[in-house]
Amino acid sequence: MASSPTDTAVAVSRLGLGARPGEIDRVAADPRGWAIGQIRPLGAPQPSGQFADTAERVAQYIDYQSDAGLVRRDRRAAAPATADAAPAPAPGMPDAADPQAVARREARQAARRDITQDTAQEFLARAQLGATTDDGFAERWALFWSNALTVSAAKFASGAFVGQYEREAIRPHVFGRFEDLVLAAEQHPAMLLYLDQARSVGPDSLAGARRNAGLNENLAREMMELHTVGADGGYTQGDVTELARALTGWSVPAARDQRQPARPQRARRMAAPTEPGPDGFVFRANVHEPGTRTVMGKAYPAAGLAQGQAILRDLARHPATAKRLSRRLAAHFVADDPSPALVARLETAWTGSGGDLAQVARALIDAPETWTPQPAKIKTPYEFIVSAHRALGTRPPRVQPLRQALLDMGQPPFSPPSPEGWPDLAADWAGPDALVKRLNWSRTAADAAQAADPSAVAASALGARLSERTRLAVARAESRPEALTLLFMSPEFQRR
Amino acid sequence: MTALKMNRRRLLAAASAGVGLAFAGRVAAQSNGPANKLVVVIARGAMDGLSVTVPHADPNYVPLRGGLAIAAPGEANGALALSEGFGLHPALSGLHALYGQGQMRFAPAVALPVRIRSHFDAQDVLENGGEGLRQQSDGWLNRAIVAAGGTSLKGLSIGAQTPLILRGDAPVSSWAPGGLVRDGDRIASLLQDLYVEDPMLGQNLARGLATEQLVGMEGGDQRLRRNDVQGLGQAVAKLMTGPEGADIVAVSLDGWDTHAGQRAQLQTRLTGLDQLVTGLKNGLGETWSRTAVIVATEFGRTARANGTQGTDHGTGSSFLLAGGAVKRGGPIGDWPTLADNRLFENRDLAPTLDIRSVFKGVLRDHMGLDRAALDARVFPGSAAEAPAMDGLI
Repeated sequence: MASSPTDTAVAVSRLGLGARPGEIDRVAADPRGWAIGQIRPLGAPQPSGQFADTAERVAQYIDYQSDAGLVRRDRRAAAPATADAAPAPAPGMPDAADPQAVARREARQAARRDITQDTAQEFLARAQLGATTDDGFAERWALFWSNALTVSAAKFASGAFVGQYEREAIRPHVFGRFEDLVLAAEQHPAMLLYLDQARSVGPDSLAGARRNAGLNENLAREMMELHTVGADGGYTQGDVTELARALTGWSVPAARDQRQPARPQRARRMAAPTEPGPDGFVFRANVHEPGTRTVMGKAYPAAGLAQGQAILRDLARHPATAKRLSRRLAAHFVADDPSPALVARLETAWTGSGGDLAQVARALIDAPETWTPQPAKIKTPYEFIVSAHRALGTRPPRVQPLRQALLDMGQPPFSPPSPEGWPDLAADWAGPDALVKRLNWSRTAADAAQAADPSAVAASALGARLSERTRLAVARAESRPEALTLLFMSPEFQRR
Repeated sequence: MTALKMNRRRLLAAASAGVGLAFAGRVAAQSNGPANKLVVVIARGAMDGLSVTVPHADPNYVPLRGGLAIAAPGEANGALALSEGFGLHPALSGLHALYGQGQMRFAPAVALPVRIRSHFDAQDVLENGGEGLRQQSDGWLNRAIVAAGGTSLKGLSIGAQTPLILRGDAPVSSWAPGGLVRDGDRIASLLQDLYVEDPMLGQNLARGLATEQLVGMEGGDQRLRRNDVQGLGQAVAKLMTGPEGADIVAVSLDGWDTHAGQRAQLQTRLTGLDQLVTGLKNGLGETWSRTAVIVATEFGRTARANGTQGTDHGTGSSFLLAGGAVKRGGPIGDWPTLADNRLFENRDLAPTLDIRSVFKGVLRDHMGLDRAALDARVFPGSAAEAPAMDGLI
C-alpha cells in the first residue's frame, strides 16, 4: 500500500508514542510495515532493570504480611480489652513499651517502603522504555491491555505486584490469544489481591463449613463486566454468583503455606493435571466450592481449578467480549466515538481468528479509519510526557519528578482510580486545570532541554502533522524554552 | 549535580526563612573585605534599544519610527532627559533617578561580535561569550567565577533552571519565586493563536489560567504576587546580602519580542525592569554602593516600524549599567546616527561597540579580574576585537 508523509506522522503518533529524532525518516518507507513488524509472538518489549519476579515478590510479600500480622497482634495486646471495636492505633504511635514490638513495627514499615520503592522504579523503567523504544506500537498495545485488565497500586497489596503483573502476565501475551492473556491476568497475585479473590471461600467447601467464611464476588463480577462480555453481555446476578463459586480456591501463597508445606503442594498437584497456574498462584482445594456450576446457561461439572478456567475461557471467546473490546480498542487508538465500520473490522478479525490479538492488531493497522489525518484523541498525561521525552531524544531520569507531574495532571503512576482503568476521553484529560498543569510541565521540561534547534525538534517529532501555524510559532519564539513550550502545548502535540 | 541540588534546596530554605544563605564547600570570605556584587539582567526576545535610550535629537528617529517614536523630553509622555541628545523611556523613572545621582550609564549602540538574527543562537552567543556560534559550552559569567578563584564568588540564577550564562565548572545555585519571572500572559496569548482551530483546548486553557491567576493573587506572605517585579528585586537582594549572600546573579526577563503592539508591551516590560532595579536597590541597602547591575539583550530591532505597530529582528541595541559602584558619566560608545547610509544593511541601528568590551570592563574594575584571564578564559579571542572598556566603575 502506498503511503504518504502524513501516514508516517500518523503512524508514529497515533499507533506509537510519538517520534524520536530521526524516527520519522526511518518509518517513512513503510509506516504500516513498521507497525506490523512489531507484532511478535513473544509479546511486547520488556522494561530493562533488575526487578523481583513474581515468585520473589511473593516471598517478600509473605514476609511483609508476617510482620504485619505480628504488629496487629502486638496492637491488640497493647489495646485495652474494652476497645475491641475501636480502630487500631495510628501508625507510628507507640503501641507497646515492648522493644521487640517496636522492632517488628519498624520492620513492617521498612518492608512496605522497600516494596513501594521497587514499584516506583518499575514505573520509571517502564517510562524509560516508552521514551526510548523503537517499538512504539507494541508498547502502546501493551499499555492498552494493561489498562483493559486493570490492577491498581491505589491498593497496597496489588501495588506490590503491579510491575510483575505487567511484565509477566500482560506483556508476553498481548499478541497471543485473548483467552490466554485474560487467564494469565486473572491468576496473577496482583489481580487476585486487587479484586479480593484471594480471600473468597466456598461456603460448602471443607474450610468454609469449618470457618463460617463465604464468597467474595468482586473478581467474578469484574471479570464479566470489565474484562470480558460487559455489563450488557447478557449475564445475571445468578451468573456472577455461580462464577464466584467456581473461582473459590484461586489464591496467592501465604505465610501459613510455609508452616504447613504439604498443603500448597497438594493443591499444586491437584492443579497440575488440568492447567497449572503461573508463579504466584495457588489453587486451594480446601476452600473450593464443590459441585456443578451453571453460567450463562451452560453447565460446568466440578473440576477444581479447571472449572473456573473453563468458564473464563468461554467468557473470553464470547461474541460480546469481541464486540466490547473491539470498540474499546477503536476508541483508544482512533477516536473517542469511533466509526462503527472500524469497530466492525476489529470485531470480524477477533471472531474470525478465535481472539488472536495479533490478527486484531493487524486489522487495526490495516483499517483505513486508523489513518485519517485529523487527530481526534487527546494524549493521556503519561503518553504526553513520554512523547515529549521522545521528541527531545531524552528519557525521564528520575521517578520523583515524573510521579509528581503525573499526579498533577491526574494520572498517578500505576494507580487508576477503579477497576475500570484510566478513562479514555478528551474530557477526562484536557480540563482547564489539567491543561495548566501540562503547560507548567512543558515550561519546566523546555527549560531543562538542551535542544539546539527547536524548529528541528518540531519537524522531527511531528513530521507532516506539524501545522504551518505551529511551525511559525516555534520559529518565531523569543527563546528556546518558549519555542519548545509552544511545541509541546500545540494541538498537534497534545493530540494523536 | 548533587551539589547543585543541595545548594538550591538550602537556598530555598534560606529564602523562605528570610535568613542568609549557607553554601557547601565555600572558602572563607575574601581577606580584603566583602566581594562586590554583580547582577546581569538578560532581556530575552531582543529589547528595542531605540525605545530604551531614545535618540530624540537624531533627525531620522521620528521619520523612521512614526507612531512608535518616544516623544522628546518635555513633551507629553516624553523621554526622561539624558545627555547628548538621548532620553530614557518614560517607564524607567527609577533608573532615571539613579542617572541623576551618577549611578546609571548607558551604551546606545552595542551588539554581539556576530551578526545573527535568531533569538536562540544570539542568546547563546550573548551567554557563552564566544566570538561566534557554539564555540563555548559554558557561560562567561561562570568562567568569570572560576577565573576569580573558583569558589570565592557565589553565583545564583533566578529561575528554575540555570541559564547558559551561569553554566560551567563553578557550582552555582538557582532560586525560583513560584513562576513569577515567567510572562504567563505572553505564552497564553501565543497558545491561543495556536488553538484557533481547537476551541476545546483554547477555552479550557484560558479558564484554567484565569483560575490560576485568582489563586496567585490570593497567595499569602510566602508567595510574591503576580507581576510584583519590585518584590522580586527585593527578594533577590535578600539572597545577595549577609555573609553568605550571592555575589553574582543572573536574572532573565522575558517578553521583549515586540513584533506587534510594541508601545504597550514595552511600557509593561520596561516598568518591570525599572521595578526590578528599584527593588534591588531598596533591598540591598548599603550593599548597593558595592553593586553593579547590567541590562543586556541579544540584539536590537529594526530602525523602521513594521506594518503591525511593532519592529522586527535587528542588530544594535542599548546596554544599561546601574548601581552604587558605577562611575558617573555620559553615553558609552559612539552614536552611529540613523542616517540612511549609516543603517546596518539599510535596516538596523549599526553597532559601534562590542558588548564584550563593557562586560570585560565591569568584570575587571568591579570584580577584580585581571586582563589576561578576561582575554584568554572569560572571553577567549576578544583581546583585539573587544578590549575592556575603561572608566565604567
